[in-house]
Amino acid sequence: MIVEGAAWVFGDGIDTDVLAPGYAMKKSPEGLAQHCLEAINPDFAKQVKPGDIVVAGANFGLGSSREQAAMALATLGVGAVLAKSFARIFYRNAINIGLPVVKIDLTDKVAAGELLRLDLAKGIIAQQTDGSEHELQPMPSHIIEILTAGGLMAQLKQKMGR
Amino acid sequence: MAQALNSQLTLTQKIIAKACGRDTVAPGEIVTVSVDLLMGQDASGPRKWGPRLKELGCKLWDPDKVVVVSDHYVPAVDTQSAEILAISRQFAREYGVKKFFDMQGISHAIMPERGLLTPGMFVAGGDSHTPTAGAFGCYAAGFGATDTTAIAITGETWTTVPETINVQIEGELAEHVTAKDIMLWLCRELGMENSFKTVEFTGSTVGAMSMSERLVLSNMAAELGAEAGIIGVDEVTIEALKQTGGQWEGAEQWIADEGATYLKTVTLDVNQLGPQVAAPHAPENTKCAKEFAGVAVDQCYIGACVGAKLEDLQMAASVLRGRKVSSSTRLLVAPATVRVTEKAAADGTLAALTAAGAILLPSGCGACAGMGAGIVAKGEVCISTTNRNFQGRMGHKDASVYLASPYTVAASAITGLITDPDELQTPPPAQAHQTQARSPEGIRT
Ligand code: SF4
Repeated sequence: MIVEGAAWVFGDGIDTDVLAPGYAMKKSPEGLAQHCLEAINPDFAKQVKPGDIVVAGANFGLGSSREQAAMALATLGVGAVLAKSFARIFYRNAINIGLPVVKIDLTDKVAAGELLRLDLAKGIIAQQTDGSEHELQPMPSHIIEILTAGGLMAQLKQKMGR
Repeated sequence: MAQALNSQLTLTQKIIAKACGRDTVAPGEIVTVSVDLLMGQDASGPRKWGPRLKELGCKLWDPDKVVVVSDHYVPAVDTQSAEILAISRQFAREYGVKKFFDMQGISHAIMPERGLLTPGMFVAGGDSHTPTAGAFGCYAAGFGATDTTAIAITGETWTTVPETINVQIEGELAEHVTAKDIMLWLCRELGMENSFKTVEFTGSTVGAMSMSERLVLSNMAAELGAEAGIIGVDEVTIEALKQTGGQWEGAEQWIADEGATYLKTVTLDVNQLGPQVAAPHAPENTKCAKEFAGVAVDQCYIGACVGAKLEDLQMAASVLRGRKVSSSTRLLVAPATVRVTEKAAADGTLAALTAAGAILLPSGCGACAGMGAGIVAKGEVCISTTNRNFQGRMGHKDASVYLASPYTVAASAITGLITDPDELQTPPPAQAHQTQARSPEGIRT
């Protein structure tokens, strides 16, 4: 699984209320996604391109259990989230919908807009500007299985033979 | 990496071991567990489960182990929320969910009050405040909609056995100081990044607490970022189970083993603790209430699973009796459940609130998550008994929300400014003797 795109860099404590604001929760997934992160960066939803990578600090996705927080990023085409650490429910939600989430702290190393290339199988993230590479912590096998199946629903379908 | 197996277990490990059919588990192990109770609410439950169950052609694994609560979008205010509520009703009928609570109040307040929680249960809820159930000696954690869909079909999920933090709370709480103040303080002390860990609350202060207050501790374990916040069973738990028709036989076994290994033990001395307030936009931005004295508030909100139970309303009423809400603010009260409303009406609490000028709202999540009545406008300031004050949560992204206890919110409603309840001037005659001074530093750690 390879993800390639420009970096969007955020700080610590990006919570589910800024990822999927309550006031937009009744909207369609596409409508809700337009409000993703707007409290912090009003241009994000308008300008993010498919494959782009969110780079953030500690405790990404803290707060609510709403899967819409991960879904909003995926709907906008975000290819992966790289953060120093994740809140548990967000982490599971992202894996479950097939959005790669990787625990790595790159906020000091990556500039906004810099091109990144994530190779999940090899466990490597490369910065295109200077060619530097960072190794990822190995993911537990059952998480890789869910991601490669395309998410938990897809995996359930396989298991149920549908 | 999994640690060596231990025979002395924390309560968390005991419950997870039972749920995966083993004698013992160690932090770091990934295990498959059987879920004893699954809760889904209107925002993330049936609305997400229905289409997926259809797609897979599956039924619920056990309708008797599923609880559905409509609390986020109640009562309907537009066609979208009406549609969401209709989906829950239809789902409960179609899939045979008998434990369906339609507009009866907030899930985390309903489950304890209806005796649905049995100590030792592994509870999975489609809501991040599911840890509330930990006050009854359950491992209770929040899960997203795809996880809960898989549980609804299979009755199972996976989990990494978490490390356990022992939060030992000792000392006697002063008047007007509550479990909410302890948790706001703890959010600052422990931070909000305790992901993939559980908290167990122990100590003499916890032992002396009512069930209502213990529910606040467990509820706000979510704000610490912990996956669960568990309290061992004692006489208070068993009495609460008896009173609510819950199962209490054998409940006393659900305590941590003597000599269990914790990641760390954090000891809090609450003897000197004063009322606390968390500033926008995070529950960890906590200081003594006095430090915010003079901040003008447009709205005072008493609501949510954490802050609108009967005892919370009684706390607010004790401050408001014989006083009036300032004309410079508004006080909204949304009782956590319809049973709370009923009891508060019977014991005079509601009358005390409305006589002071409080505006009563329906039971449900209301303004807490910005989905119901009472949301705030751009630039407005609110002080609230809710548990979370993230930017944009209660309404406009440029609104400010402060978090506090029911006492402090009620005191602030009287002055229109953030007010330490001990500092209220001109106390009504009946309560004059109870007012006491407290040192300005408020807390010493
Ligand atoms: S009252 Fe607030 S915190 Fe509690 S379940 Fe509802 S939205 Fe969540």
